[in-house]
Amino acid sequence: MIYLDNAATTRMDPDVLKEMLPYLKERFGNPSSMHYMGMEAKNAVEGSRKKIANHLNCQPEELIFTGSGTESDNLAILGFARQNKERGNHLITSKIEHPAVMNCFKQLEKEGFNITYIDVDTDGIIDLKQLENAITAKTILVSVIYANNEIGVIQDIPAITDICRKNKVTFHTDACQATNYLEIDVKKLGVDMMTINASKIYGPKGVGVLFRRKGTGIQPIIFGGGQESGLRAGTENVANIVGMAKALELAIKMGEKESARIGKLRDRLIDGLLELPETRLNGHPTKRLPNNVNISFLNIEGESLLLMMGEEGIYASTGSACSSSKLEPSHVITAIGMPHEISHSSIRMTLGRQTTKKDIDQVLDKMPGIVERLRKISALNMTMEHVLGDKHG
Amino acid sequence: MADIKKKETGQQWFYSDTVKEHFLHPHNMANEDKLIDEMRPNAMGEVGSPACGDVMKMWLHIDDGRIKKCLWRTFGCASAIASTSVLSEMVTEKGGMTLEEAEKIRPKDIIKRLGGLPPLKVHCSVLGDQALRAAIADYKKKAE
Repeated sequence: MIYLDNAATTRMDPDVLKEMLPYLKERFGNPSSMHYMGMEAKNAVEGSRKKIANHLNCQPEELIFTGSGTESDNLAILGFARQNKERGNHLITSKIEHPAVMNCFKQLEKEGFNITYIDVDTDGIIDLKQLENAITAKTILVSVIYANNEIGVIQDIPAITDICRKNKVTFHTDACQATNYLEIDVKKLGVDMMTINASKIYGPKGVGVLFRRKGTGIQPIIFGGGQESGLRAGTENVANIVGMAKALELAIKMGEKESARIGKLRDRLIDGLLELPETRLNGHPTKRLPNNVNISFLNIEGESLLLMMGEEGIYASTGSACSSSKLEPSHVITAIGMPHEISHSSIRMTLGRQTTKKDIDQVLDKMPGIVERLRKISALNMTMEHVLGDKHG
Repeated sequence: MADIKKKETGQQWFYSDTVKEHFLHPHNMANEDKLIDEMRPNAMGEVGSPACGDVMKMWLHIDDGRIKKCLWRTFGCASAIASTSVLSEMVTEKGGMTLEEAEKIRPKDIIKRLGGLPPLKVHCSVLGDQALRAAIADYKKKAE
């Protein structure tokens, strides 16, 4: 089995599990309880908060634990927009956001906010001029994904936060895919809010963090017992929080070395796959996550390619695992100006800590046969030149 | 249907065993141009569009009012490929369907034969019967 779906989720690190286990067994107390067991659990949560704050270079009280990356995005965007609506009803985001962000803005449109969706170029890089020009006196929030989940493209967050600061607009980024490989010091990035989660960094599923700079007003989206300074009610998931702190510690420790190692494997995979006829790399060739490969194999539909690869023991995904049950073409591939033919034929392979050179060579060995087999079944025989015209090259 | 466990390994597959079998080993597939020449097609139908993610081409050899041979090519998901494959079997088995019988085939007949499809994938088989009817219409037009 060759697992190339690490952008969907990662395999939990054994050291993370080890840290978590006591809190799934004997240390089961509720952090809100006044007795010893409650204190023990509380200390575990607050200790984890401190550790994560150190890694992000922020204050512990600037972190809110949530149930997922999605929930952190929801809390940041819905919570901020609703809290600050008297100041303005205009919000800005990009056309390549994860559904966890995109669908918050769709919801806020229904609540009466005006949203501007900023374009990206054919490499997937956001148009900074357009962003700056879109800001008006009524703009209160900008949210742009740090590294895209489908095509791995990395945005220049410090450049975006410069624009936002100059115009006194709050900025949020979803950094879930970026955490393993990129700078996540919130001061260096200049972000006001940032989402990260554990399931993408070899930690447990079901826990996320929202960094919220002090003074950034948000209101809760979940109501109850007042946990997390009243911003996220519900008994803390102590084991997951402990696991997340450990996972982040390991991710940062390994970050640089892993980036270099995986980046080389990624390039080997990309170069090898692009040797096949009528293929195309989607997204910027270098301003992309070191673990992300997104390639279109023209005349083959992505789902059938995935299933055929699955039969050969190679596990990948189409654009986004979250949207694999939908039939619409990926909004991200569409946003980079690609026609549906390119979008329908795209697959995503995302490498991880367990990926070896041997894995990549095996994939490169098997893919030509799989692709040829499906192209023989296909009713189409188009060329990239035909589909892309002058965009080809 | 979906989530049926593989007996040997316990691994689950998204589709029914029949869909999987026809996807991995499609029947009556026109994987070489010469196969189409050899069957001497007297009808051809094509439906779908690359932009929508599904395109089906179907060639028929009709003799004495019955479909004797059927070849096809499909661009689409696994269920689109499998549904064209079973359809090609349905129309040619037992000496071949009459054109009237073939025209009556509906998506539900194909889905039944496939052992069911996930609800989202039902549209894939809709194209199969359309391609077949397009080919029959082509035959009738030529015969006029």
